[in-house]
Amino acid sequence: MGLNEVLIEAKALTKKFDDFVAVDQIDFKVYKGECVGFLGPNGAGKTTTVKMMYCFLPPTSGELKIKGFSVLTSSREVKAIVGVAPQEDNLDPDFSVIQNLTVHARYFDIPKAEAKKRADEQLKFFQLEEKACSPVTGLSTGMKRRLIFARALINKPLILLLDEPTTGLDPQARHLVWDEVRYLKKQQVTIILTTHYMDEAQILCDRILIIDKGKIIEEGTPTELIKKHIGREVLELDYDEKLVPQLKETFSGSRIEKLGDRLQIFTDKPHGVFDSFLAEYKPQNVSIRNANLEDVFLKLTGRGLREI
Amino acid sequence: MSQPNLRKSPAKFTIPKLSYRVWSVWRRNLDVFLKTIAVNFLPSLLEPILYLVAFGFGLGGFIQEINGQPYINFLAPALVAIAIMYGSFFECTYSSFVRMYFQKTFDAIATTPVSVEEVVAGELLWGATRSTINASIVLVVVVLFGLVTSPLFLFLPVFAFFGGLMFASMAMCFTSIAPHVDFFNYPSFLFLTPMLFLSGTFFPLTAMPQAVQAIAITVLPLTHIVNITRGAISGSVEPILGLNPEILLPISIIWLIAVTAFFFVLSINLMKKRLIA
Ligand SMILES: Nc1ncnc2c1ncn2[C@@H]1O[C@H](COP(=O)(O)OP(=O)(O)OP(=O)(O)O)[C@@H](O)[C@H]1O
Ligand SMILES: [Mg+2]
Repeated sequence: MGLNEVLIEAKALTKKFDDFVAVDQIDFKVYKGECVGFLGPNGAGKTTTVKMMYCFLPPTSGELKIKGFSVLTSSREVKAIVGVAPQEDNLDPDFSVIQNLTVHARYFDIPKAEAKKRADEQLKFFQLEEKACSPVTGLSTGMKRRLIFARALINKPLILLLDEPTTGLDPQARHLVWDEVRYLKKQQVTIILTTHYMDEAQILCDRILIIDKGKIIEEGTPTELIKKHIGREVLELDYDEKLVPQLKETFSGSRIEKLGDRLQIFTDKPHGVFDSFLAEYKPQNVSIRNANLEDVFLKLTGRGLREI
Repeated sequence: MSQPNLRKSPAKFTIPKLSYRVWSVWRRNLDVFLKTIAVNFLPSLLEPILYLVAFGFGLGGFIQEINGQPYINFLAPALVAIAIMYGSFFECTYSSFVRMYFQKTFDAIATTPVSVEEVVAGELLWGATRSTINASIVLVVVVLFGLVTSPLFLFLPVFAFFGGLMFASMAMCFTSIAPHVDFFNYPSFLFLTPMLFLSGTFFPLTAMPQAVQAIAITVLPLTHIVNITRGAISGSVEPILGLNPEILLPISIIWLIAVTAFFFVLSINLMKKRLIA
């Protein structure tokens, strides 16, 4: 990515609501063509950060530039090249599905014929063709989210901001969204994605920023983060007090955590270590799996986990 | 690294920067209006007819002539003025509030190159358009009833737009502070209703004590709107505080321009403050 153009740059970016600091002096850069995931617990400040990127919330202090344009002084230039799929449903209930796209296109000065063409393409891709003339009020939640995504693409944006694009989608629709994200990445569209689905972030994102309480607490590629914080594999088994001493002995140096009524052992040790332990103690409900981003997330944002 | 405080105080009162883009917001509202034209059109046609029949013919039969004209001729211009007032006021209170608060339409438009100021200005222009449409419908009825005695009435649709813009701007100020939709009961009952009766609409202000006349001419916008519609439809204006039409009409025009400009700028600033946290 080194030679690539920086498209989004935040320096000490801060947003306060009265005295409450929602985003606290964050710094980050996003390069052209990257897909960057913003992960964090509810209320971490993801949406607030995204809203500053599309000039909806003015930063309280610090700097935020989109393709070199300041969000404070050049919002018109910024908004022309950004596509936004907000977290909340703000489709226009006074219009039909297709009009939601064509009316939105008009705000971008896209000529009527071109708007119609793009709208038809998007509806086709997002499998909403049959609903084209229905009122949006009659759409299901998942259909609304797809339409919101389609609407974000109507101005062929250079930068796409997707705030929880797959929340409430069925598995098919989720794959549809993933396919579209992959296709847009090939087209060199720069994407900011917030999500609570770690598998989604792991699959789609080139880089992850983990945000907690308004601060960026970690960043890296999914693989880097997993390797750094978790290791290669995770052994999971039902919590059993009697096993704890043996576990600690066998996996000395590895992290052992209790999550609910399960125990998790994170290790870089080769497979064989698990096997001999299992053969000897025969614990209940065992699974061995690859370490994933969810492990990283839970460890770093530290909710519901207890090290033993 | 030094931290420049970029807090761009939205509290600062500024002259809004507007572009042609306000019309795309206006167009949105026009499109919705045209979709529902049947529901919008009939009531606004029926109401002035009812007023003219009930008050003009019915009540008017018991009332002596006012300045040598039958009561129905006195009443007709006031109905045009009332249509101007209600048209944009309701559009920019209840309807704008629904779009802003429940539908999040303003938020959606603000993600495009259209600015928040332009969204609000587009709403105001649309409110003014509603006044023009409603007033024109009443005007047509008034013409069909044969109550027009001056050719100046042809200017009224244009005037209705600017008069409507004033009420739209005032309405939008209420919208900018409305916590919920029921809040609009206050301006409706405390602002519109007194105006409806005390602006020389159903009877000449000369019948009222000097103090009421003074209040009407200084703070009730509808008084000035009625002056103009009456001048344009019947060619005569009722004196207020003993002032004759040659003085009264210029006063009304200047008053309307100044107040419209003030509230137009104020309402956009207040809405910006509300919409940008
Ligand atoms: N307009 C606002 N006024 C006051 N506080 C706000 C406002 N918007 C957000 N906040 C607060 O800022 C914090 C961050 O909110 P934000 O919406 O950015 O979280 P998030 O990371 O997107 O969470 P989620 O995963 O639930 O969507 C929260 O504590 C929230 O209550
Ligand atoms: Mg959010």
